[in-house]
Amino acid sequence: MNKPMQVVDPYAGERLKLSPFHERQAALNLRDAWSSWNGYKFADYYYDEEYEYFCVRNSCATYDICPMQKYIISGPDAEAMLDRMVTRDVSKLKQDRVTYVCWCTDEGRLIDDGTIFKLAEDRFLLTCGSPSLAWLRKSAFGYDALTIEDVSDTLAALSFQGPTTCEVLKKMGLDGIENLKPFSIAHFPLAGSNDSPLMVSRTGFTGDLGYELWIAPELALTLWDALYAAGEDYGIQPYGEAATNMARLEAGFIMPGMEFNEALKTIHFEYDQTPFELSLDWLVDFKKPHFNGREALLKAQRKGFNYTLVKLDIDGNKPAEESLLYADRNCEKEIGYVTSAMWSPVVKANIALAMVHSKALKGDIWAEIYYSKELRHHSKIARCVVKKAPFWSPARARVTPPAAF
Amino acid sequence: MQQFDNIIIGGGHNGLICATLLAKSGQTVLLVEGGELGGLASTREFHPGFKVSVAHSLSHFSEDVIEQLSLIKHGFKPDGASLNTVGLGLDGNHVVVTDDGVDGVSASDQDSYAQYLKVLKRFAKVLKPFWMKTMPRIGDNSLPNMMTFGQLGLKLRLLGKKDMGEFMRVATLPARDLMDENFDNELLKSILSWDGLIGSKMAPRSPNATVLNMLYRMSGRKDGAHTLPQGGICNLIDALHKSALAAGVEIKTGVAVSKIVIDKDSHGQRASGVQLQDGTVINASRVVSSVDPKQTFLELVGARNLEIGFTNRINRLRSDGYVAKLHLALNGLPKFTGLDVCDGRMIIAPTMDSIEFAFDDAKYGNFSEAPVMEIILPSVHDSAMAPSGQHVLSAHVMYVPHTLKGGWTQQAKESLYQRLIDLLSTYAPGIEQQILHGELLTPDDLEKSYRLNGGHWHHTELSMDQMLMMRPTYEVAQYSTPIPGLFLCGAGSHPGGGLMGGPGHNAAKEILRSVK
Repeated sequence: MNKPMQVVDPYAGERLKLSPFHERQAALNLRDAWSSWNGYKFADYYYDEEYEYFCVRNSCATYDICPMQKYIISGPDAEAMLDRMVTRDVSKLKQDRVTYVCWCTDEGRLIDDGTIFKLAEDRFLLTCGSPSLAWLRKSAFGYDALTIEDVSDTLAALSFQGPTTCEVLKKMGLDGIENLKPFSIAHFPLAGSNDSPLMVSRTGFTGDLGYELWIAPELALTLWDALYAAGEDYGIQPYGEAATNMARLEAGFIMPGMEFNEALKTIHFEYDQTPFELSLDWLVDFKKPHFNGREALLKAQRKGFNYTLVKLDIDGNKPAEESLLYADRNCEKEIGYVTSAMWSPVVKANIALAMVHSKALKGDIWAEIYYSKELRHHSKIARCVVKKAPFWSPARARVTPPAAF
Repeated sequence: MQQFDNIIIGGGHNGLICATLLAKSGQTVLLVEGGELGGLASTREFHPGFKVSVAHSLSHFSEDVIEQLSLIKHGFKPDGASLNTVGLGLDGNHVVVTDDGVDGVSASDQDSYAQYLKVLKRFAKVLKPFWMKTMPRIGDNSLPNMMTFGQLGLKLRLLGKKDMGEFMRVATLPARDLMDENFDNELLKSILSWDGLIGSKMAPRSPNATVLNMLYRMSGRKDGAHTLPQGGICNLIDALHKSALAAGVEIKTGVAVSKIVIDKDSHGQRASGVQLQDGTVINASRVVSSVDPKQTFLELVGARNLEIGFTNRINRLRSDGYVAKLHLALNGLPKFTGLDVCDGRMIIAPTMDSIEFAFDDAKYGNFSEAPVMEIILPSVHDSAMAPSGQHVLSAHVMYVPHTLKGGWTQQAKESLYQRLIDLLSTYAPGIEQQILHGELLTPDDLEKSYRLNGGHWHHTELSMDQMLMMRPTYEVAQYSTPIPGLFLCGAGSHPGGGLMGGPGHNAAKEILRSVK
């Protein structure tokens, strides 16, 4: 008797995981532009990065954040443990609220940033870009009354961003969603269910009105279908990494691997950063008697820091990608480097985030920009102006209830 | 409520020394000890009329400490008995190392020994001043720090090119290689390497710090030769006690500290005193812990008051003890085959392999089929240790794991005890019939009885990664800690363990420097 042939994939362990939303996203990924994030197959873009970016800014679009790392920390010691780990005061966080945090090594160097969701008095969700279980376990040493659960694969999430998102969620049947304030959390029924399996937070990484939708993986496609049905008239569209990177740069948000090098992955001495260098001073709460890196950060603050992350408005329209910065037009005195740069369609400006020698901030800043035009390479020297406010920070991102469309 | 300048936790010799030096310089000092003063060196009656202490000889007690604490004036009589080191041979052919040389080996080994000792003494002399100094802090380029580094470099360089190279070569050499290079006699090799191994989780073939440990012990007044003060080990502890009282140290025994009180506000954290087991809180400007680093930080301070990387590093300190203690009350003097008197330090370790094999068993969680041990009879030197005509046998047994596979059940202990008695009987036939009472303290027992993490003699392994400016780990190797107001002064700090006194002495100097 012939047995059916067993097909063994010799690369099974190496294949990228598929997000619970993959089936729908793959159908829309017209360009098959896949890359990966934390072991998941992940879209760079679906059709066209600029088109997707404009959907985010002008209507609404979804971004798959399933590959983001997610941990549930629960138990009587959960709050104390997180409070000691991060630089912000977690004890001030109210239930059903979200806060942006960062955490440092003993030496005060930034390990990662992320968000903490307070789901109940003794239950928190921590999200971040890179796997952090090892550091969480180290941080939990000495706290017996807590558990840490890695829910990265068991909690699906979709970021839904843009000015019409509230309207679409209303159409989807999320009663009262318009009353949800920025950084708040609410729970909703899904597709007529009696329970409330859908968690919605008014959070995002675009600097605009937007929500993040949290759901069990088995209900992921139900959520997708309901959302896309409601959003059809609003041109709902998935967007990938490329459009995210544009939107977050306009909002002035930092990215690991761009603005900062995660401390636990940094080999060269002080090639990682303190929160001060990244202009995250507002995240460091010295009123707390103790948190990891406190002493080192106090010292760093007293000593001053070499670099400061600034927002630059640059002359011309050539993105200053990977540019070096100088104090003079002749490029004789180097004072820093650009970490991210783009032409911002919505602000109509040539913008960048850059690390600049703190002492040079008061003087002139010039960027040496290399660009190519139909295969010919050119360079130009462009004046840069430091901007205090985010390039893009519309009032609609904060208004409750958001405008109807 | 009374406020002290300093509270010292733990009344072992280091706690006493640190307390006394602080008090002598005008500070108010309270010393709190959960058990008896002296710690592992405290003397107790384990059977009516029979007294013992876990530490049973002196080899490198600091002369500086003797002088600074006027211990002689306070009754310390260091010139008691010199203990020859006797390598016991089953056939009665023993190897004896005395202050003058070695007997029982070939003429060639005798010559080698003289040469070997000369070289080792030179090396020990290089290191000696650094045991009594605060080690430089890594990353601190201040002048005093650089001076210490410079002095060490200069001392080494002054050895001359050849000897400096030789020093660098042997410093981390396995004891086995050093012995094989120098000697033929197996028993001689065993007993000479013994002092580099005992108390640690290392055997002759372990590369690491056995030679450094030997040099550390050679910092003593008689180049590391073992002695007993007149009146035994308790003579030293009594003198330390008297010296402390004379200096004005207030002493509380029998009450353990349950935690170090940490004040917290927007200025940060600070150690402000201690809480005793009965709940009483006593305040002080500084808390100085002679307790081992793991207990100090993880139990008394608590991980949550410390940095994440730091606490995980403390938690990984290797602090499992591998030495058990055997105490026997004997109705007469035992007769060791081939020995007329048993007034020395007798070692049962016939070959270097026998030590290595005993270690192999222990490192996988078993006690050895054929343990190795060091025996002395304190009552031979001091009749007060046992009733007239009767004797006490005190033995360090290696290697006995702190964590035994299957746990330290009564049955496991009895089985090891019987194995030890059988072993002793092969060297001292009839000794079993002389036993009135026997007691075996495993590292697990030492941990419980003496509040000593892992039951480790040196609080934490004396190995390269945990020595000098790394002891117990970087950031706390200069006696101060990440918590302002909290200092370390125990064997877990530089220079390390054994009845030496360096940590207590150095910590006091460092504290006084910090309050200037």
